[in-house]
Amino acid sequence: MAISIKNLTKKFGSFTAVNGISFDIPKGKIFGFLGPNGSGKSTTIRMICGVLRPTSGEGRVMGCDLVKDTEKIKQNIGYMSQKFSLYEDLTVEENLDFYGNIYLMGKAELAERKRQLIEMANLKGKEKSLAGTLSGGWKQRLALGCSLIHNPSLLILDEPTAGVDPVSRREFWSSITQLVSGGITVLVTTHYMDEASVCDIIGFIYNGDLITIDTPQELYRKHHTQNLEDIFIDYVKQLSNKEVVTSFKEMKRHRREGGSD
Amino acid sequence: MKLRRLLTVTKKEIIHIRRDKASLIMAFVAPIMMLLLFGFAVNTDVNQVKLAVYDGSMTYESRELIRKFDNSSYFKVSEMLASPDHVEAYIDQGVVKVGLVIPPDYLKELKKGKTAEIQVLVDGSDPTIARTAMSYSVILANNYSIKIKELSAEKSGRLAASAPGVSAKPLVLYNPTLESSKFNVPGVMGLILQNITIILTAFAMVRERERGTIEQLIMTPVTSLELIIGKLIPYVFIGMYDYLIILILSYFLFGVVVKGSLVLLILLGFFFLIGALAMGMLISTVARSQLQAMQAAMLFLLPSVLLSGFMFPREAMPDIVYAISSTFPITYFLVILRGIIVKGVGLAHLSNATVMLVIIIAAIILITMKKFKKTLD
Ligand SMILES: Nc1ncnc2c1ncn2[C@@H]1O[C@H](COP(=O)(O)OP(=O)(O)OP(=O)(O)O)[C@@H](O)[C@H]1O
Ligand SMILES: [Mg+2]
Repeated sequence: MAISIKNLTKKFGSFTAVNGISFDIPKGKIFGFLGPNGSGKSTTIRMICGVLRPTSGEGRVMGCDLVKDTEKIKQNIGYMSQKFSLYEDLTVEENLDFYGNIYLMGKAELAERKRQLIEMANLKGKEKSLAGTLSGGWKQRLALGCSLIHNPSLLILDEPTAGVDPVSRREFWSSITQLVSGGITVLVTTHYMDEASVCDIIGFIYNGDLITIDTPQELYRKHHTQNLEDIFIDYVKQLSNKEVVTSFKEMKRHRREGGSD
Repeated sequence: MKLRRLLTVTKKEIIHIRRDKASLIMAFVAPIMMLLLFGFAVNTDVNQVKLAVYDGSMTYESRELIRKFDNSSYFKVSEMLASPDHVEAYIDQGVVKVGLVIPPDYLKELKKGKTAEIQVLVDGSDPTIARTAMSYSVILANNYSIKIKELSAEKSGRLAASAPGVSAKPLVLYNPTLESSKFNVPGVMGLILQNITIILTAFAMVRERERGTIEQLIMTPVTSLELIIGKLIPYVFIGMYDYLIILILSYFLFGVVVKGSLVLLILLGFFFLIGALAMGMLISTVARSQLQAMQAAMLFLLPSVLLSGFMFPREAMPDIVYAISSTFPITYFLVILRGIIVKGVGLAHLSNATVMLVIIIAAIILITMKKFKKTLD
């Protein structure tokens, strides 16, 4: 198992952000972690990365205990957040060098890895550009490169495609699927259902509770629909006990009818 | 702790500084500007103060006295007036700050062997000028009267020593020429070292948080100790560099010579620098953005400029203000700086200030470490 957590709970004061979550993710899979804003995705991720100490529960990441072996975990995971937390005043190459050295990579190893990643991220010719001058899509690819510099076996992506155009999004996901075929495990959170449908396993979290975890195929079968977005909305409707605003389809119809009056 | 990771952080910080104009200016230009500004602006020397004179005596002797005033660098005779009332009016109108009134019986009194009284009128609205102008005129008059007494002693054939003595008390012990820059510039050095270091460190720490890069960093194996020390190293060098540059410039611009031990001055300066770094870090634990860091820094720096004894003597402060100023490291560092530079005293004379400095800085480092641990969690 790449990730295996049991009854993981995180409380901030009296507020429970993550409530007894358990799941197992096998190696070499893409795990899509879905849930509305504030449902506890990032908090769960931070616990898995060994950055945030769980209030209770336990878990292992790549075989390492997420309370005791945090240093080892950190050495084995690559992390990228929606903010593309790059150093904007450092060049593409300096950003990669910085993270490579932080992971104590050998000189030759780092040089070779940099070459590979610059090629993968399509950043050739941009090595000496400041990261801050790159456009959104480039920044995102550089951030991915930085998180992969040390050859991690688990890649954790927290809303990696927020604010990126559709073409860049597709390119990005094509890189991810390639990485997975190379043996890496991916945990990704996203609010895009088309991205979620590419995942091998989908977990749905709501108000800190893990509501369901299944393959997309099983979810389609159980909910009698091929549309993940409808399933997502259905869950929120059920759980929040209130009508979610009308669907986009209905909104479109309303507007058209209103316009013809 | 891995040295390589620490140095990687240091290297990155140096790149940040190199590419950030604001940091560069803060590190290398601001100290010199502050020295010039403070050094010259806080110059309380009384130089070439305009003097209005009424000479009621109109004799060789009275003109000689006036010449004495005019030839000193402190006063410049700008008006010769017809009556004492005119002198007062000129001061009232602010045309001159100081007036000299020589009475008509000036020479008569001198001839009688008595002390002739001259009147020095001073505009009290500027206390600094008033105080110094008064002292200078007293000194000038004293010197002059000594001279006449010696002359009269020679004439009468009596020994100068047996002539009626004039006691001129020295006004300032270590700075007889009353050059305020000798006194102010060491203070400026301390303030520059403190202000630049605090602001630069607070900014460096807050920047990672403000730009969100800290989120990525905590996911890597870098430890907080490696991160903090790695980030601080460049600022230790910048701080020491500024300290030395200011020392050298003070010599060339203001003629400030270190009378005491240079080694002691540098050692204690280094120690104070560590305290300033800790204060910068303390600010970074409460500030979320560089703007907030700047505001927090100002909140701290302003009182330390006003209350540390740099601007106003602490002895004259109300008890509560005095107590507050006793908690600033800079208060003690200023005592040390002035002690070593102006008075040339050694550690033995500065033990009180040094012990207080050590205690306060140790306390600040402790608080900072505690606060920092909390924010990381
Ligand atoms: N350090 C903290 N202290 C207090 N509350 C926190 C803290 N971190 C997160 N929370 C709260 O925990 C809840 C879950 O936050 P989390 O960031 O995990 O949500 P999320 O699912 O990642 O949301 P989003 O989709 O907006 O990124 C939120 O209500 C948040 O306000
Ligand atoms: Mg989140």
